[in-house]
Amino acid sequence: MADPVLSIRDLSVEIPTRHGIVRPVDGVSYDIQAGEILGIVGESGAGKSMAGNAVIGLLNPPAHISKGEIWLNGQRIDHLKGDAMRRLRGKEIGMVFQDPLTSLNPLLRIGDQLIETMLTHLPISRTEAEKRAVAALEEVGIPGAAARVNSYPHEFSGGMRQRVVIALALCAEPSLVIADEPTTALDVSVQAQIIALLRRLCRDRGTAVMLITHDMGVIAEATDRVAVMYAGRLAELGPVRDVLTHPQHPYTHGLMASTPLASQGKSRLHQIPGAMPRLDAVPDGCAFNPRCPHATDKCRQAPVPRVSNGQAACWYPLVDEKVI
Amino acid sequence: MLAYTIRRVGQSALVLLIVGLVAFAMFRFVGDPIDNMLGQERTAEDIERLRAQLGLDQPFVVQYYKFLEGAVQGNFGVSYRQGRPVAEILLERAPATLELAAVSGILAILFGIALGVFTAIRRDGVLANAIMSVSLIGVSLPTFLIGILLIYLFSVELGWLPSFGRGETVDLGGWSTGFLTESGLKALILPSITLGLYQMTLIMRLVRSEMLEVLRQDYIRFARARGLRDRAVNFRHALKNTMVPVITVIGLQLGAIIAFAIITETVFQWPGVGLLFINAIQFVDIPVMAAYLMLISVMFVGINLLVDILYFFIDPRLRAERSGGH
Repeated sequence: MADPVLSIRDLSVEIPTRHGIVRPVDGVSYDIQAGEILGIVGESGAGKSMAGNAVIGLLNPPAHISKGEIWLNGQRIDHLKGDAMRRLRGKEIGMVFQDPLTSLNPLLRIGDQLIETMLTHLPISRTEAEKRAVAALEEVGIPGAAARVNSYPHEFSGGMRQRVVIALALCAEPSLVIADEPTTALDVSVQAQIIALLRRLCRDRGTAVMLITHDMGVIAEATDRVAVMYAGRLAELGPVRDVLTHPQHPYTHGLMASTPLASQGKSRLHQIPGAMPRLDAVPDGCAFNPRCPHATDKCRQAPVPRVSNGQAACWYPLVDEKVI
Repeated sequence: MLAYTIRRVGQSALVLLIVGLVAFAMFRFVGDPIDNMLGQERTAEDIERLRAQLGLDQPFVVQYYKFLEGAVQGNFGVSYRQGRPVAEILLERAPATLELAAVSGILAILFGIALGVFTAIRRDGVLANAIMSVSLIGVSLPTFLIGILLIYLFSVELGWLPSFGRGETVDLGGWSTGFLTESGLKALILPSITLGLYQMTLIMRLVRSEMLEVLRQDYIRFARARGLRDRAVNFRHALKNTMVPVITVIGLQLGAIIAFAIITETVFQWPGVGLLFINAIQFVDIPVMAAYLMLISVMFVGINLLVDILYFFIDPRLRAERSGGH
């Protein structure tokens, strides 16, 4: 297999607080290949977004990378600072944010926002950038792109704005796109379109995608592999079909069982008892042990081994347990 | 846009009418100008004659109407004290105040915005925090005290700058300017710092807080995530969004600069309309006082009108809302 576009090795992010150091990302490792979409799934506060922010170098101080390595196209980037990191942002790593209503500058025409991004990163003339701006909007499916390039963000609907955001993230042709909950703020009917668009663009260009979401539907629809995060740690990592239909980690199993399905009718939804621990009170051993139906003394004491592809971070992985 | 402008002009005229009424009514109670004008040895006939001559024997409404009628034509009556047309006196004095206000305003805006942006971008820096602490002085010290301190330091102790007056002026077709002579420029320094300091610190603190707010927005984060240079993020993206609320306040402050000039002009014996107004109050010179108030309100209203129109050029959302809605 070719070298991965993004390779994260044993990454930890720490935030010093009054109650001691919390670790929103704790020893996480995964790779993303060119053209591959890796879904990162988990509850709020599981560290999904924090890992994405660490990769693009936009952690809000005092949060910082405390351990581990991030490699992008064979270059180590976790220690890059200031201008060196800035050059990678937009050029090598594109980012799509959650809320398209707030991620575009309301006072600048969308064409100008595209042009300024391209001129920052690409050795092209202004005229060329103007041409490419129209092409970029056409590519993300904005009707009448040649005229719309002069519109302001408020003249677009939410779904259209997210298309513009995607065009902005991709306009300098990055090799990695981090999409942080790209559909959460959108209408359900628009969500599928945006996911399909993201999928098509990245397949065509061979862009690697880190798709952060808590929506199992989006995971099932769009991703090739999925990483399940719990309390800052990787619970399970594997091909999406295996993880969704034969989860090995009890947490993944619980997560799948609590996803409503239309085919299930009005039966009562499964719940995972309890709540995810606060980051300053992660239990010893497996972080999931207080909520796990299969937990033993070993789970409460011994730290679980880190996972690699096709594995779950569990002492007693479920074998061939169907969700439904 | 046009309909909106016309409506705003109409509102402005109404405001001016009301200000004029209030000002005019207030001056009825300041005192009787006849006392001052005639002195001790007066007869009852003298008083009656002067009263009739000045129109003070007529009902209030008639007086107000006559005042408005004249004001629209630029005729504010005759000063009780100087016996010359008020419009002429004001025109003579206006350049001094306007030049002082212009220099103060430009200083306040330039330094206010620059320091505001600096303290917002370097919010944790030592220098930025020092500037913020010093700016408290500008906000809290009264204007006359700053003026007196500056006079003490630069005129009395160091002897670098004049402590009063405008210096030499050059007459340019009825506009006497202090910009063209060395003594005129020197004389401008202390009064314009005194007048502009408060506005500068106000603008600076406002720009800083607005900018910090804008820097937290998602579109700034997205701009950073696209790898734009810090300069582009701070000035192209953040500053422009900061300016929308700031412009309103700057507009109001420009009006305030002209109004506050009264104090500065008194401290520095600056021969402008503010000093004229103070002297007019002492003498119950109603035509001068009324004309001065009208002048100030015309400026306030005019600046506000300009600010509202400026919004159109900065914020495209307003353009769409207003031109589409009306």
